[in-house]
Amino acid sequence: MKNFLIKNIRIIEPETNTDIVSDILVQNGIITLIESNITPPEQVSVIDLSDKWLLPGLVDIHVHLREPGEEYKETIESGVKCAASGGFVAIACMPNTKPVNDSSSITRFIIDKSKNFKGAKVYPVAAITKSQKGEELTEFGDIKDAGAVAFSDDGKWLSDPFMMRSALEYARVLNALIISHAEDSRICPGGVMNEGETATILGLRAIPNATEDMAVFRDVCIAELTGARLHIAHISTKGSVDIIRNAKKKGINVTCEVAPHHFSLTEKNCLGYNTNAKMNPPLRTEQDRMAIIEGMKDGTIDAVATDHAPHSVLEKNLEFEKASNGIIGLPTAVALFLNLIREYSFSPSDMAKLMSKNPAKIINIPIRLIKKGEKANFTIIDPELEWEVTKENILSKSFNTPFLGKTLKGKALMTVVDGFLVYDYLNLSANS
Amino acid sequence: MQNPSFKHLLGIEHLSCEEIELILQTTDSMKEITQRSIKKVPTLKGKTVINLFFEPSTRTKLSFEIAAKRLSADTIGFSSATSSLSKGENLLDTVKNCEAMLPDVIVIRHPCSGASHFVSQHINCSVINAGDGINQHPTQALLDIFTIKERINDLKGIKIAIIGDIKHSRVAHSDIMLFTKMGANVFVSGPGFLMNPFISVLGAKICDKIEDAICDADVIILLRIQKERFGNGVIPSEREYAMLYGINMNRIKSAKENVIVMHPGPVNWGVELSPDIMDYNNNIILDQVTNGVALRMALLYILSNQGERE
Ligand SMILES: [Zn+2]
Repeated sequence: MKNFLIKNIRIIEPETNTDIVSDILVQNGIITLIESNITPPEQVSVIDLSDKWLLPGLVDIHVHLREPGEEYKETIESGVKCAASGGFVAIACMPNTKPVNDSSSITRFIIDKSKNFKGAKVYPVAAITKSQKGEELTEFGDIKDAGAVAFSDDGKWLSDPFMMRSALEYARVLNALIISHAEDSRICPGGVMNEGETATILGLRAIPNATEDMAVFRDVCIAELTGARLHIAHISTKGSVDIIRNAKKKGINVTCEVAPHHFSLTEKNCLGYNTNAKMNPPLRTEQDRMAIIEGMKDGTIDAVATDHAPHSVLEKNLEFEKASNGIIGLPTAVALFLNLIREYSFSPSDMAKLMSKNPAKIINIPIRLIKKGEKANFTIIDPELEWEVTKENILSKSFNTPFLGKTLKGKALMTVVDGFLVYDYLNLSANS
Repeated sequence: MQNPSFKHLLGIEHLSCEEIELILQTTDSMKEITQRSIKKVPTLKGKTVINLFFEPSTRTKLSFEIAAKRLSADTIGFSSATSSLSKGENLLDTVKNCEAMLPDVIVIRHPCSGASHFVSQHINCSVINAGDGINQHPTQALLDIFTIKERINDLKGIKIAIIGDIKHSRVAHSDIMLFTKMGANVFVSGPGFLMNPFISVLGAKICDKIEDAICDADVIILLRIQKERFGNGVIPSEREYAMLYGINMNRIKSAKENVIVMHPGPVNWGVELSPDIMDYNNNIILDQVTNGVALRMALLYILSNQGERE
């Protein structure tokens, strides 16, 4: 379906300060008209979507596709489809596959393979160091030419400060982006959840906020020293928010993201040894959660990124200490951001900025614009739809989410990538 | 005897005061049996208890085995001598296989906190936590309270000091929860790096100075320094540990007269306890061991009969 007319939809486009209820016409995949009461041309499907929202297509810059190597958890195919079902038109995938994406050939493999499937576009992130071992830098230039949008040893912190300095210096000249998973775990050997009362009740070794704070601080210092662009992944602590806020004030070239679970959940979700609440960085306290929401409000936090991390029962149905870190995030991100709109007076325009515009700018890919003459790249959201998170309606190959079985409010209904409808929850295109 | 509502013994937090009372009363009856010349009764004939020890253990495993045998239950089990053996193992798989052999009770010791809790969610027979990582050791706490009550009947308002590695001690965690539940005031002290600043959530008060914990105490419980849980290089020397946190006859003078001294064992004599405590008449460390058997008999009895009713 490349020709369709959507009637009476709320269109949100922060780049042009647009927030209007209007009709929008797409012909041959191009937005040809945005105005009220458009008369449908011939051969065009008409869909009335009153009370629904149309946002620039969502972009998730922190996703773990498990291909190559762990295809039983997620494949590129299942990943891009799952992303589309969550409203995402583009995703950046982390390099901790097996083997690690530390070369132009693996980067090309991921991009080429992803083009076979109807779903979100894939932008690989390659490793900073070979095999993510922290010892030798990868070929930034060659890998960037192959299509990688950033470099990260995600899952591991590049703890050697000289390597980090070298990586940032190399990246600055090549205009490459370094993404840091900032946690210095040496301060808490064996830690598996946030340090605090809940860990004490559960008798689990814990991870204090300092683990992240001091890593973020060091990274920011090296970013200042080198003048390179630095992005901090999934911040979880009040301390990180403060450090990055100050760094931005000083003009340091740093951005950061937060995962929906860190603004939605707290350490208490681990009670009962719930391995679907085990992640890295861990779920923190209510105080940290509020500081993060504050940071999203004042622009300290630039983007929401899901850290979608599929794992099977083999990695999750285990003793808490042995279970793998991470949860899937693509299917639930929209609903969780809508909670912020309902409870903490964020606007739909904030959602468009944090989940589409800013992430695209961070990894330097084209922003998705709702404008006459642009390719249709948008996400249609029903902010009121209540839906149960079930294995049936999760398109990932894995179901490791603390929201499984829960009812969430708000969902992506349609996702359009370059004029193609890649996700259609209500099968509206068929009925019209 | 009334029926308890618990099917497993995973941690102290799941026990009501009535259930604790029931366990202690039953332990009393069992202790009477253990004092007979013929220490065996047919009560659990035909019942099967499997002991799964994924961590080296001598005393606790022995205690559970003797307890089961004295009640005529069939008891079998294994203990992995090295932790490397348990590493590659899928716990749930192992336990499900055991369950398929239809035991009545499975006793588990495991290096991971929450392991017995995790297992109990996936199997139908009763599970007893015989120690899970740094989390809990509920049978130790129950035998501790039984042993204290032989000397001090009412725990309300008494002062109990627990000294040592509070951070990594599953005994301390279970003790604190149980003692505070019974109305005692629990004070903890130990080296800073072995203290958990959040321990008050379980009901204990932290004393930076050991003197504050010991002063006027009715009971002092020492804990073993478990180097295997935090690695070498943190404790400067056993000599200094003994100087700062060791208990000797001189140090207990500030406690109540006849203060009870306890230890879950095994004791490092000369470190947490000075040898002069060996002959102290209120050193009841061996009573703890004796009562441990009676307490475990009581639990096996209660939980095996539990299965019967279903
Ligand atoms: Zn990460």
